[in-house]
Amino acid sequence: MARGAVAVSPVRALAGGAAAAFLLALTLGTLGAVAWRADGLSGLGAADWAAIRFTLGQALVSAALSVLLAVPVARALGRRRFPGRSLVVALLGAPFILPVIVAVFGLIAVFGRAGLLNQASAALGLPELAIYGPQGVILAHVFFNMPLATRFLLQGWLGIPAEQFRLAASLGFTPAAVARYLEWPMLRAVVPGAFLAIFLICLTSFAVALAVGGGPRATTIELRIYELFRFDFALGDAALLGLVQFAVCAVAALVAGLVTVPKVAMAGLDGVAARWDARGAWLRVQDNAVICLACAFLLLPMGIVVLRGVPFVAALPTSVWQAAGASLVVALFSTLLALALSLSLALWVARGGRAARIGGDIISGLALTASPLVMGTGLFILLFGWTSPQALALPVTALVNAAITVPFTLRVLAPAVADIEEAYGKLAASLGLTGWALLRRVILPRLRRPLGFSAGLAAALSMGDLGVIALFSAPETETLPLAMYRLMAAYRTDLAAGAGLVLVVLSFGLFYALDRGGRADVDA
Amino acid sequence: MKSLPLLAGLALGTAAAADTPVLTVYTYDSFVTDWGPGPAVEEAFEATCDCDLQFVGAGDGAALLGRIRLEGARSEADVVLGLDTNLTAAAAETGLFAPHGVTAEYDLPIAFDDPLFVPFDWGFFAFVGNVDGPAPESFTDLATSDARIVIQDPRSSTPGLGLLLWVDSVYGEDAPALWEGLEDNIVTVTRGWSEAYGLFLEGEADLVLSYTTSPAYHLIAEDDASKRALPFAEGHYMQVEVAGKLASSDVPDLADEFLAFMVSDAFQSVIPTTNWMYPAVTPEAGLPDGFETLMTPDTALLLPAAEAPAAREAALEIWLEALSQ
Repeated sequence: MARGAVAVSPVRALAGGAAAAFLLALTLGTLGAVAWRADGLSGLGAADWAAIRFTLGQALVSAALSVLLAVPVARALGRRRFPGRSLVVALLGAPFILPVIVAVFGLIAVFGRAGLLNQASAALGLPELAIYGPQGVILAHVFFNMPLATRFLLQGWLGIPAEQFRLAASLGFTPAAVARYLEWPMLRAVVPGAFLAIFLICLTSFAVALAVGGGPRATTIELRIYELFRFDFALGDAALLGLVQFAVCAVAALVAGLVTVPKVAMAGLDGVAARWDARGAWLRVQDNAVICLACAFLLLPMGIVVLRGVPFVAALPTSVWQAAGASLVVALFSTLLALALSLSLALWVARGGRAARIGGDIISGLALTASPLVMGTGLFILLFGWTSPQALALPVTALVNAAITVPFTLRVLAPAVADIEEAYGKLAASLGLTGWALLRRVILPRLRRPLGFSAGLAAALSMGDLGVIALFSAPETETLPLAMYRLMAAYRTDLAAGAGLVLVVLSFGLFYALDRGGRADVDA
Repeated sequence: MKSLPLLAGLALGTAAAADTPVLTVYTYDSFVTDWGPGPAVEEAFEATCDCDLQFVGAGDGAALLGRIRLEGARSEADVVLGLDTNLTAAAAETGLFAPHGVTAEYDLPIAFDDPLFVPFDWGFFAFVGNVDGPAPESFTDLATSDARIVIQDPRSSTPGLGLLLWVDSVYGEDAPALWEGLEDNIVTVTRGWSEAYGLFLEGEADLVLSYTTSPAYHLIAEDDASKRALPFAEGHYMQVEVAGKLASSDVPDLADEFLAFMVSDAFQSVIPTTNWMYPAVTPEAGLPDGFETLMTPDTALLLPAAEAPAAREAALEIWLEALSQ
């Protein structure tokens, strides 16, 4: 740790502090605004406790299953070379940025009562599989997060030096011995972080639980907050539950500060070390089967969404295209803001040592478990005093989307910035390179790739979000997910499928363009 | 960040440019879509009022009330359109609404007289299914059948709340037993009507809680006669949708003018084939072709608005109890 050698510059501390303060204001500040406006608290009722229990339970199971299932997939990808492997790895990023409203569409088409799976099992005379209820919530979470876990673990596998495998081969290690001496220690280091990251993501589940939760049995905290707002207008109780959600997260983030959370993979997942231990025919069959199954699980729902939507895209009314335009603008602003916030935080944290790192984790964790609904309502209350909230519908949506993306972008940027500081910090300091010059000459060029990746992530996540816009919406300022929802409300299910396809294409398109943009020239 | 106010400015600029008075009407989302009544109503009213009518979509009926409570007396809304009689007691309690002076010959199955709210359309809740699908004839029949249904969450949607009050007004003390019987028929409970109806159209359930008028959409707009609403022997609960003017409105006369326009022929004649509900005052030309094929219940059920909040509390408790196990 050479960090003591270079002091935190005032500008850097200022920018980082401002970003942190901004996020704190957006999360805790808005919560405060809601509580301030509330008429009273009635404490946590039985339904609230049930929601807390269910939220924790499903997040534990979802995270455990995602990581458990990711182990064989990552192992297979880590030791096999085959044509299209890089495509499969790229595909693993797809479900995570797939808009929830669209993904649920696809999952139901595969796993629903009238879905492909049940049609097949009915033909074979097997009993019907039910997607609705807690199992549906968990299935959807695994769909979204198993690929993420696979990326984390694959990185772990590829991080084992090739020399170790060569040594193992020359010592005549069996696959079991390789697993025990090389793979197990790596898993022990990587799995806790991957588990925690996914656990946090599943904690705030809202749209998933709404769609396939099946009713009161599967109510998450976020869904309960929504109900309290929507019908009972119990702002006080909603704020209290918002605090509970924060508390759960703060504990998890503290724990996360103690275990190492893996960096989010951006690149370098292409290389495969030669694996003498995995040459057996049985292992090959096993790996191929695992890869095929994982691809089917991830591809079928997405494929169906695309096929269903294609015939109706041409028939979409102009209002939907306008909504698509609005969504693009929102995504763009929210991406810029998310990058500015997370870069400021990352630069600050990189020089601040352990305490600052944990602080950064907690602040971004707060944003991760902040309820977009509480945030939106809080902003509504604060803005309503001096301006028309409707006129600010799109900016506010961009703002909230940026805040809830920071945890992800920070997780990509912070380690990258820390690495650059480690490698070039002293040199730059000895050359007297500081401030803007340091950022422009040293840090940004080396950060292009993670910046591109996190920009893509932020844009795609913002694109698919159906959050606060519903609270502020005016007819002329709808986003694409909201337009899709309104098509459904007007009995236009087919057009909604077309809008869903446009949403998917735009989300992936933005991610691809920004991620590519970050990679251009870097390897040249 | 510099561009965010710019963006807001653009949004503002498109909204209010001229000095014609603006009438702002908060309503539910589906009212303002290209296929809802919004565009036709806006055109017809602006032709008579010399004003700018602006609809603002805010979720559904339940969310509308929340939005108004949140904004209070400073709300920009002049008229709120799309509450139903299960919500009007709570809406009246806010003290935000002003009495209206509208009188009309309503074609409602019940007598309607409310000093604060004017009805604009109504319908019967019913389970809708395919013509060749299962057809239980009552709730008890449904509970013992193996028909699969999708319903809406009463805490977030007006049809979901309607079902609770429907069961409550038919079964009273025996409601818990009925819900226990229905429990294994329920495929899922959705947030709102759209998700539920979508799932039904996808084939995820045999029946969906909707309106007796839903088959008219398929018949008239899609020329598809395969959907039907099931008559239940116990009678059908009604939904009466209403609008009211806010006391804080800065254009109270315009708001009154709009409420009076709402029960006129120009407004009422677009309701059947855009909102797919019965008009509160039957237009001179009568109902559109296709509406005569709809099932009409023998018994219309509706709790008085004043009793709805208390009934909701109790019914919700029973419902949660039955479905949480």
